[in-house]
Amino acid sequence: MSTPAAIAIGCSAGGVDALKAVLGGLDARLSQAIVVCLHSRSDTVDMLRSVLSRISPLPVTEAVERQPVQSGVVHLAPSGYHLLVESDLHFALSIDPRVNHARPSIDVLFHSAAEAWRGGLLGMVLTGANADGAAGLRRIRQLGGLAVVQSPADAEAAAMPQAALEIAGADYCVPLLDIAPLLNRLCLA
Amino acid sequence: MSSVGVNVPELDSIELGLFVQALHKRHGYDFSGYAPASLKRRVRLLADQLHCKTITGLTERMLHEPQLLPSVLEGLTVPTSDMFRDPAAFRALREQVFPLLASYPQINIWQAGCAHGQEVYSLAILLEEAGLYDRTQIFATDLSDRALQRASDGIYPGKDAQQWSRNYQAAGGTHSLADYCSAGYKLIKFHQRLRRHVTFAVHNLAIDGVFREAHLILCRNVLIYFSDALQDRALALFRDSLVRGGFLCLGLRENLNQAPHAQDFLPFDAALRIFRLAGRADGTYA
Repeated sequence: MSTPAAIAIGCSAGGVDALKAVLGGLDARLSQAIVVCLHSRSDTVDMLRSVLSRISPLPVTEAVERQPVQSGVVHLAPSGYHLLVESDLHFALSIDPRVNHARPSIDVLFHSAAEAWRGGLLGMVLTGANADGAAGLRRIRQLGGLAVVQSPADAEAAAMPQAALEIAGADYCVPLLDIAPLLNRLCLA
Repeated sequence: MSSVGVNVPELDSIELGLFVQALHKRHGYDFSGYAPASLKRRVRLLADQLHCKTITGLTERMLHEPQLLPSVLEGLTVPTSDMFRDPAAFRALREQVFPLLASYPQINIWQAGCAHGQEVYSLAILLEEAGLYDRTQIFATDLSDRALQRASDGIYPGKDAQQWSRNYQAAGGTHSLADYCSAGYKLIKFHQRLRRHVTFAVHNLAIDGVFREAHLILCRNVLIYFSDALQDRALALFRDSLVRGGFLCLGLRENLNQAPHAQDFLPFDAALRIFRLAGRADGTYA
């Protein structure tokens, strides 16, 4: 398995704490682009960005439409829009209907990212209370990417990682605290 | 990994390209300037809805069943919207822009890409409350006939009413949203008198020219579906349609940095994506 070029992360209920644990433990040398979809209310992305900026060794920014995905940067999906990655690795936004009751939807991000990076994508599903992300993770695996799922027993809300395991399966299913070391190992390989 | 699996996305892109080409040749609608990721997603959803196993299956039906065209166009174009989505932008229109529009004896507003019309009614309500509506004409355009019909009907799912009511208040509404609509079982219908100064018309930003001279153009979250080149074409069209000093209101997350014609517009409220057509080189409005 080759070193991933990008990491796409999806989470919902309990996601802020989970993201703090994952991003806080990353190695500052990581050169992968990281794209995060957290189901959130409209007022929380700014807050999330400042919270994560304080603990992440990599810069954290809101993804901007038409701008290129940047290596070694954490990009957050703006709330109220679906975030997609074009095949030329630029971001796109849409206000298409909610998917799995969510906009941004993890499935929408994962499907487009899977097709943009194909085998170079590592997809990850963390804690959450619905099944968003499961179909997208399956697409990532179909196209040769890697899947990491937080152990449902370890998740604040088990439904999302559980659905991901049932529908997509995973290459790695580990507790939250083991995820950052796993990413560092896979990405610095 | 099987070779079939690896080839799936490539095949999809080929099929998407053929679909776009076929739609253009058969019916004259050109989607080649749309940003591919969302377009591909919508085409796949449409194929699913019409029980086609592949995009090519959809292409075949689209070619041989012309009566499907309205459904195809609706599936490819119409995003859902909300009443007073981004209330702060509507508040700025009410408080900052309308007082400047009020100096014109007759106000023309072009809502480009009006979809199901939620923002047409939002705008009409704001204008009514500002006392400007009876000297305003709103031209609401979309490339889809069916979307225009829905916009004209003004009937929406009732489940959104509470959120829309909150949005209306946050946008500075001075009455109650319920004053403008009747609520039935699971549906709300906006009063037809709100439509009295609205003209609905077909217009396609991808191929059509200047629609009408306008003092304000609303085109929120439409250009996000366009490639950089098509986004720039639309901006040129807006420049040519606006009176000098006229206003352009886009969606809150739209990025104009790649568009050469963005230089024709000056930020009026940059965060809310409200722009003014530049006047002379010194930036003044004559």
